[in-house]
Amino acid sequence: MHEYAFLIILFPLLGFLFNGLLGRFIKSEKLVGAIGSAAVGLSFLVGAGIFIELLGYDPEARSFMVPIFDWISTGSFHVQIAYQVDPLSLLMVLIVTGVGFLIHVYSIGYMHGDRGFWRFFTYLNLFIFAMLNLVLADNFLLMFLGWEGVGLCSYLLIGFWYDKKFPGVSITWTGDAGNKAFIVNRIGDFGFMLAMFLIFKEFGSLHFNTVFDAAQNYTPGYEPIFWITLLLFVGATGKSAQIPLFVWLPDAMAGPTPVSALIHAATMVTAGVYMVARCSVLFALSPDTMIIIAVIGALTAIVAASIGLVQNDIKKVLAYSTVSQLGYMFMAMGVGAFAVGIFHVMTHAFFKACLFLGSGSVIHAMHEEQDIRHMGGLKRVMPITYWTFLISSFAIAGFPPLSGFFSKDEILWRSFADGSLLLWLIGATAALFTAFYMFRMVSLTFEGKPRWGPDKHPHESPSTMTIPLIILAGLAAVGGFVGMPAFITEHNPFESWLAPVLDPAARILALPAHHETGLEIGLMLISVVVAIVGWYMGRTIYTRRFDIADRFVQSYRWLYSLLLNKYYVDEAYHTAIVDPVVKGSEKFLWLTFDVGVIDGIVNGSAKMTRALADVLKRIQTGVVQNYAAIIFFGILCILGLLFLG
Amino acid sequence: MNNVLSDLSATAPITATVIVSLLLVVVHSFTREFKTGLYWMTLGGILIGIYLGVVTFHHTGYAFNNMLMIGGFASLMDIFFLSAAGFTILLSRPYLERTGGHYGEYYPMILFATIGMMTLATATDLIMTFVGLEVMSVTLYVLAGWTRKVKESNEAALKYFLLGAFATGFLLYGIALIYGASGTTNLVGISENMEALKGNVIFIAGCGLLLIGLAFKVAAVPFHLWVPDVYDGSPTSVSAFMSTGAKGAAFAALALIFSVKFQFMDSQVNIVIALLAVISMVLGNVVAIAQTSIKRMLAYSSIAHAGYMLIGMVAGTEIGVSAILFYIVAYMLTNLGAFGVVSIFEKENRKNLEIEDYAGLARRRPVLAALMAVFMFSLAGIPPLAGFFGKYYLFLAAVESGYTWLAIVGVAASLVSVYYYLRVVVVMYFHDQSSEELVLLPASSMVSLGLSAAGIFLFGVLPSLLINTFRNLF
Repeated sequence: MHEYAFLIILFPLLGFLFNGLLGRFIKSEKLVGAIGSAAVGLSFLVGAGIFIELLGYDPEARSFMVPIFDWISTGSFHVQIAYQVDPLSLLMVLIVTGVGFLIHVYSIGYMHGDRGFWRFFTYLNLFIFAMLNLVLADNFLLMFLGWEGVGLCSYLLIGFWYDKKFPGVSITWTGDAGNKAFIVNRIGDFGFMLAMFLIFKEFGSLHFNTVFDAAQNYTPGYEPIFWITLLLFVGATGKSAQIPLFVWLPDAMAGPTPVSALIHAATMVTAGVYMVARCSVLFALSPDTMIIIAVIGALTAIVAASIGLVQNDIKKVLAYSTVSQLGYMFMAMGVGAFAVGIFHVMTHAFFKACLFLGSGSVIHAMHEEQDIRHMGGLKRVMPITYWTFLISSFAIAGFPPLSGFFSKDEILWRSFADGSLLLWLIGATAALFTAFYMFRMVSLTFEGKPRWGPDKHPHESPSTMTIPLIILAGLAAVGGFVGMPAFITEHNPFESWLAPVLDPAARILALPAHHETGLEIGLMLISVVVAIVGWYMGRTIYTRRFDIADRFVQSYRWLYSLLLNKYYVDEAYHTAIVDPVVKGSEKFLWLTFDVGVIDGIVNGSAKMTRALADVLKRIQTGVVQNYAAIIFFGILCILGLLFLG
Repeated sequence: MNNVLSDLSATAPITATVIVSLLLVVVHSFTREFKTGLYWMTLGGILIGIYLGVVTFHHTGYAFNNMLMIGGFASLMDIFFLSAAGFTILLSRPYLERTGGHYGEYYPMILFATIGMMTLATATDLIMTFVGLEVMSVTLYVLAGWTRKVKESNEAALKYFLLGAFATGFLLYGIALIYGASGTTNLVGISENMEALKGNVIFIAGCGLLLIGLAFKVAAVPFHLWVPDVYDGSPTSVSAFMSTGAKGAAFAALALIFSVKFQFMDSQVNIVIALLAVISMVLGNVVAIAQTSIKRMLAYSSIAHAGYMLIGMVAGTEIGVSAILFYIVAYMLTNLGAFGVVSIFEKENRKNLEIEDYAGLARRRPVLAALMAVFMFSLAGIPPLAGFFGKYYLFLAAVESGYTWLAIVGVAASLVSVYYYLRVVVVMYFHDQSSEELVLLPASSMVSLGLSAAGIFLFGVLPSLLINTFRNLF
């Protein structure tokens, strides 16, 4: 079946072309939506078929190349359009197309009546196409193509409602938010490109297997590898919204909610994590980069979670939660627990997609209201949304035996065992914050008395929206069992599945294979307690004891406004970077340098060329005798050169 | 007799074209008003020829006592020139019907010229090279003066003939000198004796004159003077064929003789070729800027493109030759397209030939304008079009064989060219239209343009389709 892997890529491309070219002429939303969803669903089926096929093989034999054609072939530089089907890429394919399919179906209901309905599905399919190229690529350049493709779709979809206002720091329209996401990502992409140049210089190829096979003969700490991995990680901080480039993700919430769920929670933003796992061999060779990744991940986890504590926009809370969870994933990567990080990518895709879609359902019901202070009591009018949202909240907070418990807990355990106590403490604190802000949000949105005006008539969403919610909530609940810790099952099935891809890195890192089971269980108990405390506080304060929150705000007003204003990072960037760049461009680069120097040179040389042309064209007299004379003169010159030169 | 039969079948594309063209002459002499039939017969014959080219691709070797190459390179050349002829036929019929030169003899004439091109490109004996060149040239002299009531057309034919005869004299003299030095006119034989011949003054002089003769046909400076007058005066469909087929065939012969068979490297000849390349690129591109007539602009552009292709000659060997072959394809598709648009847009009595006449075309005929824009962008060498990779491979070949300075001159020259190519686009899209008149879009011409554009995109996105084949030819 794996020889049909190209179909995985092809279906979304066809969907994109169909809706993109013909969508505007199709009156029926159902047809457009069905084709868009089917394109992704078929890809999922093909992926699932290959998955079943691979299960039948030995773990070492579960890797296939699917070449499509030679893309670039010049000198010593050869790049193919070729796809690599292996346990890691296939897992990502299943996540992207599986969750993607559900979100497509959801969008049929959510985007109902929108004048850009066909445009929306066109972009979504293009996104899936690009994302699949990213995860299935067998070389860095094709991965980069996908990487840029998802960035483009992210931009297009953030600004999807381009005539809608969206407030923010130096942002007025949704288009500004799209620009911000795109430009901030350019910084990361630049790092990715530099990394590719260095990889080609060092290894003479951009092909994954060639590079990774060669890299296994290096000794850890070799300096060029440090720069390669650091620059790759810079790329990851852009795409996966890590410090210092995380600022774009919260503003990306300007896009329609399914977009936030698909691109800015479940799939695209985890591309950086996937990339690190894919290049795990390189990262394992650079202990310094690993430390940087672990620290950045931990800091991002705690900073974003602390901002999430006080946000009032339902999507903003989820956005900061996403940034924080991505921090966890990088923390896992940084301590060498690559499989665990990918495990969290998967569980996070389930519960965060469910949460975002749930928030979309709420926003839909509340007629575009997003402020949780104006909600409350919704659990009676929209029970399905409430229950799915609640299950996912428990999952993200890390309540056993839901999926988030297994993945987050293993990250915390590994950050302690292979990292340090400090990493674990930061991670555990962020977990406490997570439980707190989740149940603050659940309580304010669904519990208590309604705080909305009489003009609002909330109702449960249609079944195209609720069915995906139910499926995702189910996955969020049980999805963690595939990665049960080794002391419960014989061996962790999730890690064994990824082992063929990640083992080379593990051999380089040479981490101790078995840690103490007692310690693992002990830490696990602590995280359960942390989750329960967070849940209790969030629930109690925001259903019965609002006074506690008010008193806290009164006594620590500076802290509250620091968090509410997101540590003033946007303002700082604006003053320190954006403003000087804009002013410098306007005053110096444009009016002085461009107009004066560049245009001067360009226009000057153009005038000279033109003058030369007017002289040279006089050779063309139109008289044949002159022509013959010139030809004869030319022949004499050539013969002279041949014999005298 | 058996030998002759097997040789004829080995050169099946040429044989088939000869048969079809003779058949056309016979049919035409009996049925004077049967032009539609002739048109379809010609197209059918071309398709058969292309098919035979594909079939014979894998039987490589020589035919007629080492006088012609067969299979591989030869098959590809046959396919290219037959395709160029096919595109030309598609463009010609509506054009000639409009401008009043639609005589039945036109179709066999185009095929005769094609036979000359195929022979010239695949000849491995200098006598055959000469025969091919003359068959091609003499037919083109006639075709240049095809619209016999137009005085510019007559002028073009006469100028082309006079200067062509002048250049042929040198070419023939060169062949004679080579024969004198080596005792044979056969390239296979000469290449076996190359080591001994490299220091021979008479041989070098012969090569110099042979080079000059072919440089005249590819329109390299200073042998380019006929080009603006001839391209401008000839019927546009004939200009299209001359600038693509004839130039391509002469380049194929140059590459085959000098790079593949003689393998002149690091010699005086190479310096001469480099010099020709530089002055062709510079003069062609610079003077093109000063042109106001679109056909003259394309003529100077054609001179500049000859300069680019000569870079591949300087680079020599496999990589240079494959780059030239790729460029021939890219340039054929693009220039047939560009001249094709001109032929559609041109009106009776040589009207609508100024670049300014294209003002506002984008509003009146958006498809035609878009196609023209594609051709201009491809000529300028902008990705993802075939023209980009054509230039890229040529410059790459120069860099890899140590002629980086030549690549730099090439890049600078093509920078200048962007100006006059984009001017056409600017005029079409941003200038106010000069008239409301709609030109007709004949189906047959549009098919030709559409195929050109499709090919330009195809080889611009997937250049490896062609370049890998070319690299494995020799």
